[in-house]
Amino acid sequence: MEIEEVYSSRQLDEKEGRQINELIDRSQQPIPDPDRWLEEELERNILLTSVDAILNWARRSSLWTVVAFPACCAFEFITTEASRFDLSRFGMEIIRASPRQADLMITAGTLTWKMAPQIKRIYDQMAEPKWVIAMGACAVSGGIFASSYSVVPGYNRIIPVDVYVPGCPPRPEALIYGIRMLQEKIARQSLIAEDK
Amino acid sequence: MLAEYGDIGLLLALAIFFAVTTLLLPFSLSLPARLTIYFRRFQHYLETRYPFMTKFVPPLPKFPRFMQVVPYKPNPAKNSTFECGMETIGQAWVRFNFRYYFYALIFIALDVMVVFIYPWAVGLKGLGLFGFIGILVLIFVLFIGYLYAWRKKVLEWK
Repeated sequence: MEIEEVYSSRQLDEKEGRQINELIDRSQQPIPDPDRWLEEELERNILLTSVDAILNWARRSSLWTVVAFPACCAFEFITTEASRFDLSRFGMEIIRASPRQADLMITAGTLTWKMAPQIKRIYDQMAEPKWVIAMGACAVSGGIFASSYSVVPGYNRIIPVDVYVPGCPPRPEALIYGIRMLQEKIARQSLIAEDK
Repeated sequence: MLAEYGDIGLLLALAIFFAVTTLLLPFSLSLPARLTIYFRRFQHYLETRYPFMTKFVPPLPKFPRFMQVVPYKPNPAKNSTFECGMETIGQAWVRFNFRYYFYALIFIALDVMVVFIYPWAVGLKGLGLFGFIGILVLIFVLFIGYLYAWRKKVLEWK
């Protein structure tokens, strides 16, 4: 990776604006949701399904969330994590500050185009396998800011989203339901399906 | 034997079962398809990790990754050293203005004064005249230092 020497703040702004405009041009179409394995009938046998079952159990029981909460739905997430709703029951005790140690991104809140490259970068740096929950109306479709020039209309323009949780903001029960849905989705994943 | 160890024995049996099934996984699938997939993955692994060794010795890839239990999907952002959301700009060798050192020194002196004055103020009645004189001496010493810094024009930021 080349490191450019940027000295004046004007140059910095121009460079950043150029990059963000390119990103907007590139991400006009939403990225399709990763759900191929839910539809297709796989050639399964007893050995494969047992390995799949254990792997998927391990993966869905320890979903660690990365800290990437751009806006206000984060408070609902904090409530969900705190003692009353107690997200730790689902194996989500730890919220990782490092994307290298996380495998779930709960995108809580409005995303502006200026913030979009950072979210993309954090998603890229997360370890495989990784999942994304789009939390709140802004994350699903842009919400009330959908017609704004500066807001990303839905996170699926930037990163592939697994589960959508609507609401402005969604209540902690809704988020927990979305997490349960994601766990059911992971439970049906297969080693073969990942390969295609 | 399992009964003697209780639940731990069951866990052991589960672990052995998991290891054996992982080892036998490729044989339980349709072999030609698996072999082509493995070959492609192996090629990709060699090209990305050891480009100079593709001619000579094919090194053994890591086993769980080879067995596909651990996915292998690298990208430049994941391979980079820094993990913050922001990309690094410029160099790490940056010069700081030397006036920051003066500021830091004066800050530490006044900070120490606060640290001593606060407990003295809390226990004012118990300490009596002796504590009062001690604090006056401390403030006097620090005030001389402050005057010296002022005289040397440290407080002016040019």
